[in-house]
Amino acid sequence: MKIFETFLLIGLIICALSVMFTRRMLTAIVIYMSYSLIMCVIWIILQSPDLAITEAAVGAGVTSILFFVTLKKINGFGGESDNEQDQG
Amino acid sequence: MSRIRDNYKSSPAGRFEAWYKDGYDPMDDRMDIHIPAQTEEDYDPTDVIAGLDLEDTVYDRTANKALRISGYIYKILSVVLCVVMIGVLIWMVQYLPAFGQPDNPVNNEVSARYIGSGVQETGAINFVTGMILDYRAFDTFGESCVLFIATICVQILLRYDEGEKDPENVRRRHQAATDRLFEPKNDIILQKVSVVLVPLLFIFGIYIILNGHLSPGGGFSGGAVIGAGLILYLCSYGYSKTERFFTIRTFRIISLAALITYCLAKSYSFYTGANHLESHIPLGTPGAILSSGLILVLNICVGSVVACTMYAFYTLFRKGDF
Repeated sequence: MKIFETFLLIGLIICALSVMFTRRMLTAIVIYMSYSLIMCVIWIILQSPDLAITEAAVGAGVTSILFFVTLKKINGFGGESDNEQDQG
Repeated sequence: MSRIRDNYKSSPAGRFEAWYKDGYDPMDDRMDIHIPAQTEEDYDPTDVIAGLDLEDTVYDRTANKALRISGYIYKILSVVLCVVMIGVLIWMVQYLPAFGQPDNPVNNEVSARYIGSGVQETGAINFVTGMILDYRAFDTFGESCVLFIATICVQILLRYDEGEKDPENVRRRHQAATDRLFEPKNDIILQKVSVVLVPLLFIFGIYIILNGHLSPGGGFSGGAVIGAGLILYLCSYGYSKTERFFTIRTFRIISLAALITYCLAKSYSFYTGANHLESHIPLGTPGAILSSGLILVLNICVGSVVACTMYAFYTLFRKGDF
């Protein structure tokens, strides 16, 4: 269990660092979602399932959807592939 | 803008203000608003989807030398600031008490009271919910109101008025409509998945809300799950299906009813001198679904407010309307 916990915490740090260094907004949001999911598992290990449910629903679910919608509104997805998809 | 002001001037409040200020309008002749005349030829629907490169259009970095130098200084200063902040935080972490020690400052008489007599006093097996919705129910009422106010602020910022005659706003609404033209509608994969998932999400959310005083969860998390289910349903089936059961009228009725119920259920503590521990509502047997006094009702209220808020956020961000 200790090893699993350490693994998750290292994952958190990796997620936080890679959000900083990623260039595409879309990738940053997906990494942010995975950060929330890891955090959700850590809440369960810390014996607070209340927080885990809320983290999974709000942090990984609704907040990320709102980020996606905002990015779409401000045309923040960037890149060529997205434009092709829009026109097709 | 002008239409809203005309509406305001003809309303009772506007007439009262005109009478009170003796016909003086501080807005008159001070703001000059130049709305460029929009014609059909001016409007090009493709400029919505032509990706804006903010870096190049807003900041002309290649030509402006001062801007480039200040950009370098900005980067260096931000790195220095980050390093200093990280150093200070890591240095402070050393002074925090160790994790899980019995003599930590959190283990004081408050948590001893909650753990020791929470079940007898609130009747809730899950005494996290008992704490949130009984001992600290007034805080939770404030949080629900904050959510409601946040939705109203988003509406003020993002909602498009249907009867708008102002050409700028008409153009923006048209842009929002064309923006939605390019999203995948009737996606068969999404629809097949949501046929399975949406009922499960709804049932799971309702279970979390109704069992909030028995098992982990409660109004907020259950409401968020239901809101996510609503958003998934909306994504896969479109607005015409969801408008059959969820319009702005539904949102108003549900939010208002839930907040008023919460307010009435907890306002008795005003008459007992902010001491709502001495409740005369029967607590029932702890463990039964109909137990723990008002917590079940309050959970349902918070859950419906949260579900409505999540869904309203999504639709307002997406479409500017319900």
